[in-house]
Amino acid sequence: MQKSKPELQTEIKKRIAVTKFWDKVFLITGLLSTLVGLVLLFTLMADLFVNGFPRLSYKFLTSFPSRFPEEAGILSAWVGSFLVLLVTALASIPLGIAAGIYLEEYARKNWLTDIIEINIANLAGVPSIVYGLLALGLFVNFFKFGESILTGGLALALLILPMVIMATREAIRAIPNSIREASYALGATKWQTVQSHIIPYSTGGILTGVIIGLSRAIGETAPIITVGALTFIAFLPTSPFSSEFPFISFKWLLDPFTVMPIQMFNWVSRPQHEFQLNAAAAGIVLMIMTLLMNGVAIYIRYRFRRKIKW
Amino acid sequence: MFKKIVLGVAVLVVVIFMNITISKADDKLIRIDGSSTVYPITEAVAEEFQKAKRGAVKVTVGISGTGGGFKKFCRGGTDISDASRPILKKEIDVCKQQGIEYIELPVAYDGLAVLINPKNTWIKSLTVADLKKMWEPAAQGKVKKWNDVRPEWPDAKLKLFGPGADSGTFDYFTEAIVGKSKSSRGDFTASEDDNVLVQGISGDKNALGYFGLAYYEENKKRLKVVPIVNPATNKEVIPSMQTVMDGTYAPLSRPLFIYVSKKSASEKPEVKEFVEYYLRNAAKLSAQVKYVPLPVNAYKLAQQRYSKMKTGSMFGGEEKVGMKIEELLKLEEKK
Repeated sequence: MQKSKPELQTEIKKRIAVTKFWDKVFLITGLLSTLVGLVLLFTLMADLFVNGFPRLSYKFLTSFPSRFPEEAGILSAWVGSFLVLLVTALASIPLGIAAGIYLEEYARKNWLTDIIEINIANLAGVPSIVYGLLALGLFVNFFKFGESILTGGLALALLILPMVIMATREAIRAIPNSIREASYALGATKWQTVQSHIIPYSTGGILTGVIIGLSRAIGETAPIITVGALTFIAFLPTSPFSSEFPFISFKWLLDPFTVMPIQMFNWVSRPQHEFQLNAAAAGIVLMIMTLLMNGVAIYIRYRFRRKIKW
Repeated sequence: MFKKIVLGVAVLVVVIFMNITISKADDKLIRIDGSSTVYPITEAVAEEFQKAKRGAVKVTVGISGTGGGFKKFCRGGTDISDASRPILKKEIDVCKQQGIEYIELPVAYDGLAVLINPKNTWIKSLTVADLKKMWEPAAQGKVKKWNDVRPEWPDAKLKLFGPGADSGTFDYFTEAIVGKSKSSRGDFTASEDDNVLVQGISGDKNALGYFGLAYYEENKKRLKVVPIVNPATNKEVIPSMQTVMDGTYAPLSRPLFIYVSKKSASEKPEVKEFVEYYLRNAAKLSAQVKYVPLPVNAYKLAQQRYSKMKTGSMFGGEEKVGMKIEELLKLEEKK
């Protein structure tokens, strides 16, 4: 049965109205969902700032922990965090990039590579405490590195290694095949291609992944506690520069340490209210550190994106 | 370019290893770990000691718990172990196996306070028997309401809060109240973080919990402390610095200890100096962090024990309730 023209028109209009209604519903749901996350984050940050901001000062950053909340500071904690992160970066970047390049450029597609790939993807989801246990067994008890900065840094390096590998592979995959073919056509070997094309073009993506990995590592507590980072440290590690030959000292690698999250955790569990404020202030510093690192990652990505054109 | 990088890395590795191999000996480092209850005192001493030595000696203090601390200590991983209870039989055995000898030194008292909500009007005091009825393993699932403990108390849900099973406080409370260490009902809100317990008790009219006196001192406004009837004198006693020190607040007060490795004390002069400093200043510093100092005489006896390097435990691997440190030290002296 043929419908008359006006009838058809109203039906179409009705349908459009219904579709538009659902469109709106989804829009509002989406907006609300976004807001829930944002409002929560904002409340959290506002709360942290209100509590911690009055405690932030130059003295807070340059004092050692103390039993008097108003004298306590985070010097040993942020220096510890920084040095641990340095070790983490030095260990995870070369290993992760090399592994990523191998898997992407060299490895043949077979069942072994598949297994490795699945495992790396799985490793990224392993709870961090498990890495702590691994590091405890391997670095503390087997290699006898002790409860040191070196152990802490390597534990976190293991933790972020899968992230670095994945980021490297993603970045390499984004390079068009024509670039490789052009390079081979000019007679370059595989290593020459990787060295002068693949690595430079993927640097932006790799660095972004590395920095995001590191900013996760800086907030990690569980593996660091497991390998035996201590709570009360009122001294700095040995200086890396010495007056005697060979002038550079790596003794700090074996020094005991504490990190920001552990210091915060200790303060939170104290009875005095003032220590909670210290923890909030330390939280602000930690958050600023993370934000800065993420900012650097965004900037690097932006710069490399602009430079490369194909 | 590439060769230069390889060369650079090689040099770096060589320098690192040179450093690592020659470095270990010349460090003046004192490693301490153990009970989180003793931690504030040891932290205070470490802070003052490092200030006095102008950074010539480094002291690290960890909080692995009394049991965790002894594990490291008996492996030779630490010089001093903080403990909120005497060393246990099995820990003594492990230490013996590893050839670790130790000197046991009491440093302060701690009272365990039983706390209720300020709105709780029905409790005037509690006896050990009341507490046992609430906390013993047999109470699990049976003693659920206040009138299950004493019929005159209200018909309201009994909500219990206490420290977790890894804590020395839990060990001591169960020993003193139930009669057997670690023997407790399991259906209570347990937390290693005392602030959680404070929150829980201050937010619920029907709550009851226990933790160290120092935490109560900081939260006096939000909690009400319960006087405990001393079984020996039948008198109600409120926990305070005074009643813990003179021993009338019983059985819920306990001594805190440090265990010093004999090897460290005799081979590392800085450890010896630190412990002497500890015993000299423990009275002042423990009071500052809201613990109860031992009587002056007890510190003197402890110093004597230390200078004689008397090893072993005064308790023979058992937890004892209600002993006075001074008497024990004197007893040891006569042997």
